Amino acid sequence: MTTRLSARDVTLGYGDRVVSTRLTLDVPDGAFTAVVGPNGCGKSTLLRAFVRLLTPDEGAVTLDSRSVSDLPAKGLARELAFLPQDPLAPEGITVRQLVARGRYPHQSLLALWTPDDERAVAEAMVTAEVEDFADRQVAELSGGQRQRVWVAMVLAQDTPYLLLDEPTSFLDITHQYRLLALLSRLRNEGRTVIAVLHDINQACRFADHLVAMKDGRVAAEGAAADVVDAALIKDVFDLPSVIVADPVSGTPMVVPE
Amino acid sequence: MTSAPPATPPTVRTARPAALAVGLLALLAAGVASVAVGARAVPVGEMWGAVADFDPLNGDHLVVRDIRLPRTVLGIAVGAALAVGGALIQTLSRNPLAEPGILGVTHGAGFALTVGAALGLAGSAVSQLGLGVAGSVLATALVYAVGRHSTLRLLLAGVAFSAVLMGVSLGIRLTSPDTLDKYRFWAVGSLAGREQADLTVPLVAIGVAFVGALVIARSLNAVALGETVAHTLGANVARVRTVTLVLITVLAGAATAVAGPILFVGLIVPHLLRRLTSGSVPWLVGLSAVVGPILMLVADTIARVLLHTGEVPVAIVTAFLGGPMLIWVVRRYGAGSL
Repeated sequence: MTTRLSARDVTLGYGDRVVSTRLTLDVPDGAFTAVVGPNGCGKSTLLRAFVRLLTPDEGAVTLDSRSVSDLPAKGLARELAFLPQDPLAPEGITVRQLVARGRYPHQSLLALWTPDDERAVAEAMVTAEVEDFADRQVAELSGGQRQRVWVAMVLAQDTPYLLLDEPTSFLDITHQYRLLALLSRLRNEGRTVIAVLHDINQACRFADHLVAMKDGRVAAEGAAADVVDAALIKDVFDLPSVIVADPVSGTPMVVPE
Repeated sequence: MTSAPPATPPTVRTARPAALAVGLLALLAAGVASVAVGARAVPVGEMWGAVADFDPLNGDHLVVRDIRLPRTVLGIAVGAALAVGGALIQTLSRNPLAEPGILGVTHGAGFALTVGAALGLAGSAVSQLGLGVAGSVLATALVYAVGRHSTLRLLLAGVAFSAVLMGVSLGIRLTSPDTLDKYRFWAVGSLAGREQADLTVPLVAIGVAFVGALVIARSLNAVALGETVAHTLGANVARVRTVTLVLITVLAGAATAVAGPILFVGLIVPHLLRRLTSGSVPWLVGLSAVVGPILMLVADTIARVLLHTGEVPVAIVTAFLGGPMLIWVVRRYGAGSL
């Protein structure tokens, strides 16, 4: 397992409130990493530290052994794309326009729109399956369509890393699975995907690497089949459960008692 | 996925350049009308003669050179400044009710003029201009100092501080009828007579700020997605916000100093264009700089002919035009467009 992106002994928090103390995590390259854990366990905080929305009080987030704090903002934005939990589209914007905003880190202050930008936007819209409504207003779309538009926006950013904070929240079950299948496909195409997921069973089914967090620390990490058992679920979620094999994928499935 | 990316529908790609072309033609027509119409009607042929072959003994030429042309240039600059300022503040704050004076510019200028008049300093057009600029800059500097950490705090600080300044100014004017008289001339936003002052500095300031607005517009495209997304796209949010606020202050401050408070241009023009520009800030800024002056020139031309004797202040006309336009936008696109 090779890894370019790591958190090294990071202490994370907001002002006086410490969320994580001396947390270390290596993100495996080219894999789908899912971060799970109860509300408030520090999953989103960790993701925000990876994309430099939050500076660690101690330790560092490193990319190729360099602290991300030392990288230029646009340079980092060409490596790591991040989709927050509840992004807001500006009034009146069309799908194509919103996806095109993902090209920002590739443009200089005065540069014109290039064929490369055009191609990246077109490809992102095809991959995220939003090209059918490319010229509609984002505000008119359903929740599932809108979330795919935002995924297309971060795809247009054309980065090796995709970080997503609970991308399936607010989606119905069909759209949840459709989005997770899209993320798997992107992983197959060589991108590294890191997603905070709410649903432990979905995480087990789709992730190559599962990270279970509790109280700001990593309680367990590894392949779902290796780390998920009743003891872990009891420890992390404080939920008595039985673990069975998912009848479709064979991955662990948590059934609460 | 094997399907090729669909060709962009021509309607979307051509709508904005077409709107720009139509807008520029309309601006030209409004400019010609603004030079031709008034107490003394000037034929279009004489208009050209006044520029190309000036005859100091020709009354039409004198009117065009000394009054109408400078006033038209002033109207274009003020209309563009207010509309572009409005586009910037609405984009930055993501607040459809924001107008460029909201950060303290308008009431700062009004306060300075009131105090200046009470102290007997607001006699000439130049000193009024100076007071207006000083008041705008001081007021917005205080608002920044209080609210610079977030855009919402800035708006709140601007509104609160404006209310205080307005109250104090009102108190001074009510106790001093002489001050009220001087203030009234400025407080009713108008272009009439304002073209007689030296306008080089405000016009250059507006021109420079407009270029700055076009340059920062692409970064505002990113900032308009919210701070989190803007950061992860590599935009320097704090710097973009500071630069944008300075530009807004220069635009609104210069316009207010020369023409007084003119309502609605900064509020309505970005609304009229928001759908058309489909969320692109550079287009919104560019088209605002064309449509703002059209509204301003049309309103000013109407202001000149509405009454047989004298003029209606242009701010009253823009309010009369702007109010129904705003209602039309809301009814046409629903409240969601605001």
